[in-house]
Amino acid sequence: MKELVNTLSDPKYSFTGVIIGFYLFMKYYRTIGTVKFFISSMIIILGVFIWMMQDPNFHAIIVWPDNVPIVILLFAVIFFTWFSIYKAAINDARIEGGETPVEGSVENREKVWTWPNLVYTELMAGTLCVVILVIWSIFLKAPLEEPANPTWAPNPAKAPWYFLGLQEMLVYFDPWMAGVVLPGLIIVGLIAIPYIDTNPKGNGYYTMAERKVAMGGFLFGWLALWVYLIIIGTFLRGPNWTFYGPFEVWDFHKVVAEANVNLSEFFWIKGLGISMPSNIFLREIVGLIVTTGYYVGLTLLCNRSQLGSSLMKSLGKIRYYLLILLLLTMGLLPVKMYLRWLFNLKYLVAMPEFEFNL
Amino acid sequence: MHKHGLHRRAFFGWLTVGWVAFSAALGGFLSLVFRYTYPNVNFDPEMDFIAGNPDDYDEGVDERWKNGYGVWIIKQEGKLVALSNICTHLGCIPNWLPAELKFKCPCHGSGYYMNGVNFEGPAPRPLERYKISLNSEGRVVVDKTKIFRYEKGQWDHPDSFIEV
Ligand code: FES
Repeated sequence: MKELVNTLSDPKYSFTGVIIGFYLFMKYYRTIGTVKFFISSMIIILGVFIWMMQDPNFHAIIVWPDNVPIVILLFAVIFFTWFSIYKAAINDARIEGGETPVEGSVENREKVWTWPNLVYTELMAGTLCVVILVIWSIFLKAPLEEPANPTWAPNPAKAPWYFLGLQEMLVYFDPWMAGVVLPGLIIVGLIAIPYIDTNPKGNGYYTMAERKVAMGGFLFGWLALWVYLIIIGTFLRGPNWTFYGPFEVWDFHKVVAEANVNLSEFFWIKGLGISMPSNIFLREIVGLIVTTGYYVGLTLLCNRSQLGSSLMKSLGKIRYYLLILLLLTMGLLPVKMYLRWLFNLKYLVAMPEFEFNL
Repeated sequence: MHKHGLHRRAFFGWLTVGWVAFSAALGGFLSLVFRYTYPNVNFDPEMDFIAGNPDDYDEGVDERWKNGYGVWIIKQEGKLVALSNICTHLGCIPNWLPAELKFKCPCHGSGYYMNGVNFEGPAPRPLERYKISLNSEGRVVVDKTKIFRYEKGQWDHPDSFIEV
């Protein structure tokens, strides 16, 4: 059983599982968004969690002071995601029945004063936070380490938890891409949302049915590409950033053969059996074509599709292409992860001469 | 006109003085902030050092200068080279794993062969080599200001190794 869990949590299976799970989640959100579902699944999750905690290796990872808050946050993510779906499911049923969403009902449209209603709530929340922080700092010691040494790094060297998704991303990409371009695009993309998304539906109330694409796109990026990667980076990456299943000992000498190969080497050396051309652009021609094909081809495909053309109409050209560009770049991450797992592909385009690798 | 006790001209005079004083104070403050970003004492390792005699080294990886200077001395195939210990991915410090005969980076798992060439993980290019030479007394001198990169074909450069 534990062996099975260890194998299945390997990213290539667990990420596939996450994608399938996400699809089911989007499809059956009405069932998921019920209190009954929440309580029963919570019982199962907690049961599994307690069972897993019996294992000394898993226990050690979970109670490591750095990781305790992450576990708490993960439960918070589960709860709040479910909560929004719960609200959305209620509203969608009401909207279908011709009613207004709960937030728009007469009794909810009444206005109240900021002072004292909001300020009191905030005061209470603030006080509670301070109390929790104090208790926390008493019970969990700060995991201090020895003074920094520029010629030595701890093993595994882990970023703060909120960056562990990014660090996990760096396994698949060049530092310039995963460290600068992609995070930059995430931030720019999040800032751009209100400018790209001018659809007034869903403003001020929870809904899923009216905003399936927007919800799906955002939740996928958040849950599958960010939270999932944080989980992997935090709990399942051990010494040498090797993957360890939840019940596996962090054995420093675990060997994983993962010699990675660039697409250009695949093509010239393995495919054609000749040496690589010395001209950089000729050498990387396949990767360049594939990447351009990915962007241009999928954009054209989108334009053709029904959803694409209706989006194009409602958003206008500029917004539409910006949206496609951002979505395709987001898609680059899972695509690249699968290519690495399935073919040990290192870079599609490898031009270390220009510090450009994709 | 004299209601506020201040002429229009005088008002602008004071305004200018005020702005100049404010900008000066702000400028002074920012220059302090800027100065603050530079360390008072520099603990960085020396950029060049004498690394003993060529025959101090056995075949393989020598770690004795790693912690002080960030350099591995590697003797392989009749050559002595000085390998940088900075991962070419994002600059972490890899470890030498003698059992597996490879360098392995703890940050994202890049692996390098003993000669510094990358073969696994995300590192885009091999580790860099430093200038290594013999001084007049026949001692090994490593100069970290001069870097030799494999992908630029610089590892054939006579300064990048010593024949032993
Ligand atoms: S810094 Fe060495 S693998 Fe990323």
